[in-house]
Amino acid sequence: MKKIFDKDTWQEIFGSIQKNRTRTVITMIGVLWGIFIYIALAGSSKGLDNGFERAFQSIASNSIFVWGSYTELPYAGFKAQRPIQLKLGDVEILKKRVKGIKFIAPRNVTGVFGTVGGNIVRGNKTGTYSIYGEFPEYIKIATSKIYDGGRFINDKDIIDERKVCVIGERTQLELFEEDENPIGKFISINKINFRVIGVHKFVQGGGFGDDGDIYIPFATFKRIFNTGDRVNFFMIAADEDIDGIQVEKDIKATLKQIHKVDPKDERAIAGFNLGEIFRKTMNFASGLTFLSLIVGIATILAGVIGIGNILLISVKERTKEIGIRRALGATPSEVRSQIILESVFLTVLSGLIGIILGALVLYGINAATEDMTDFPYTNPTVPIPYVLGALFLMIVLGTLIGIIPAQKAVSIKPIEALREE
Amino acid sequence: MISIKDLHKSYKMGSNSLHVLKGINFDVSEGELVAIMGSSGSGKSTLLNILGMLDLLDKGSYDLDGVPIKDLDETKAANYRNKFLGFVFQSFNLINYKTALENVTLPLYYQGMNRKDRENLAIEYLDQVGLKDWATHLPSELSGGQKQRVAIARAMVSQPKVLLADEPTGALDSQTSKEVMALIQEINSKGKTILIVTHEEEIAQMCSRIVRLKDGIIMEDQKNKMKKAI
Repeated sequence: MKKIFDKDTWQEIFGSIQKNRTRTVITMIGVLWGIFIYIALAGSSKGLDNGFERAFQSIASNSIFVWGSYTELPYAGFKAQRPIQLKLGDVEILKKRVKGIKFIAPRNVTGVFGTVGGNIVRGNKTGTYSIYGEFPEYIKIATSKIYDGGRFINDKDIIDERKVCVIGERTQLELFEEDENPIGKFISINKINFRVIGVHKFVQGGGFGDDGDIYIPFATFKRIFNTGDRVNFFMIAADEDIDGIQVEKDIKATLKQIHKVDPKDERAIAGFNLGEIFRKTMNFASGLTFLSLIVGIATILAGVIGIGNILLISVKERTKEIGIRRALGATPSEVRSQIILESVFLTVLSGLIGIILGALVLYGINAATEDMTDFPYTNPTVPIPYVLGALFLMIVLGTLIGIIPAQKAVSIKPIEALREE
Repeated sequence: MISIKDLHKSYKMGSNSLHVLKGINFDVSEGELVAIMGSSGSGKSTLLNILGMLDLLDKGSYDLDGVPIKDLDETKAANYRNKFLGFVFQSFNLINYKTALENVTLPLYYQGMNRKDRENLAIEYLDQVGLKDWATHLPSELSGGQKQRVAIARAMVSQPKVLLADEPTGALDSQTSKEVMALIQEINSKGKTILIVTHEEEIAQMCSRIVRLKDGIIMEDQKNKMKKAI
């Protein structure tokens, strides 16, 4: 250990490394490239990971969608293939019977699932957009940002059946002038005038929806489209600390009870669990991280093998020098440790350069993708343990690979080494 | 200083073995300047290699300054070489990317001496061979005679008991050879025991004793009236 901190040891190592600079540099590029790939990949997959996380930010990561479909089993005197229609009254029952529901937002929509969208007119501009009937709870589940001083639908809007709407960014772009503030202005939806109360910033999350969607109070929707107590689907946020899959099961079971569906019926109450999808996506991201680790480490390994290879050649070339050193009193362990130290030094030095280059590239990618909100890539960083792990790995590999040329150097008898011309 | 008894050495060449040294008995006392002569194949280099602990003997005994040289492993041999012996080679064997000074400090480095002492001592020895001003030069910048003098300084710097020289003038012209021999004689005159392997009669005549080898046995071993090199 004392040897490592000895200035003379390093002087010897620098001396022999400098002897063939070009070759040393080219060899180092091998390891440098390996660690660079490792850092760039690990950082990128972390960036992707962060990006996914950000994409799901717009919607509570444990949200569940449920809607009525057709029964597949006859039950309680009903035939199979009976359509199930969710009702507004289901909400209270669900809240009462299912544990772990944080928010529940009944929603109606026209413009998706094959229904006709709303006809929007403003002055001489027209367009067709999906219209959603919403409760204020919706915004607590899907955290769309309302901007430009606007607001979302509130309880008073529902009670008074106000004709107010929240429009999408695209709707704003298509119906309003660029410098015009849409808040407080009126647009006509199916020939009824609505006051714009907010603009929502759309962020791609799970499920459907786009940046042209128009939200109106549920009660107003019910009156205009004559939907009565019918609900297209429920959007539910489960409590954070609870198993979303269990909540989904409980909700479905309860709905089956309410609507007299066979408990074994798999089709009547449909739904999807965003938490589940979120988890799968995050699993995918960590799979990617794992893959990048494997690829990175394999590339480092290839680089280190290159160093071992070049040292082997260098030992061959330096046979005579090693012979001289041994004639002058270098013990086999001194010869061996010098070559191993050379290997470790080359590996770690090129590794450090690789880490710095990798970090610079990640910084560059980050700067380039910062404004691309629809690209799931945010803040690519490499966790410090990964970096330290890579350095440790390089020291270990450098040592192991150095043993081969070191052993070769020692195996040459000094007398034979001296004879070599 | 050196005592060799019934030394045998043979090399395996495929299925036959080549008996190179066939019972050498040979003593060297302190301060002698011995020339080991013989044509090629006489075993003189093998003898020097065994004396230099670069090669192992098959049979017989070898004592160096009262220390029996036996059971040598590489580490032990390296330490003995470092402590007891100085080498001078025909082809100088300087490390070509190290300066004259660095070459001379190398044995001291392996002794574990610190840098300052090492350099001071090396400069002193370079001065003795008249190359103090060339300390920072690489071997490629030196003439053959200068290289050999650096090699002698390197061999001497560790203050060995015996200096072994294998054809030290073999790669030098006659004038430079004389200069190098004069240096060797000078070192010898200060009491150092020196063995020189050579096939040049003229060089041998500059030594105080001549040992002639032929086919692995000592043919003749006689005192010589040392001729001054210069």
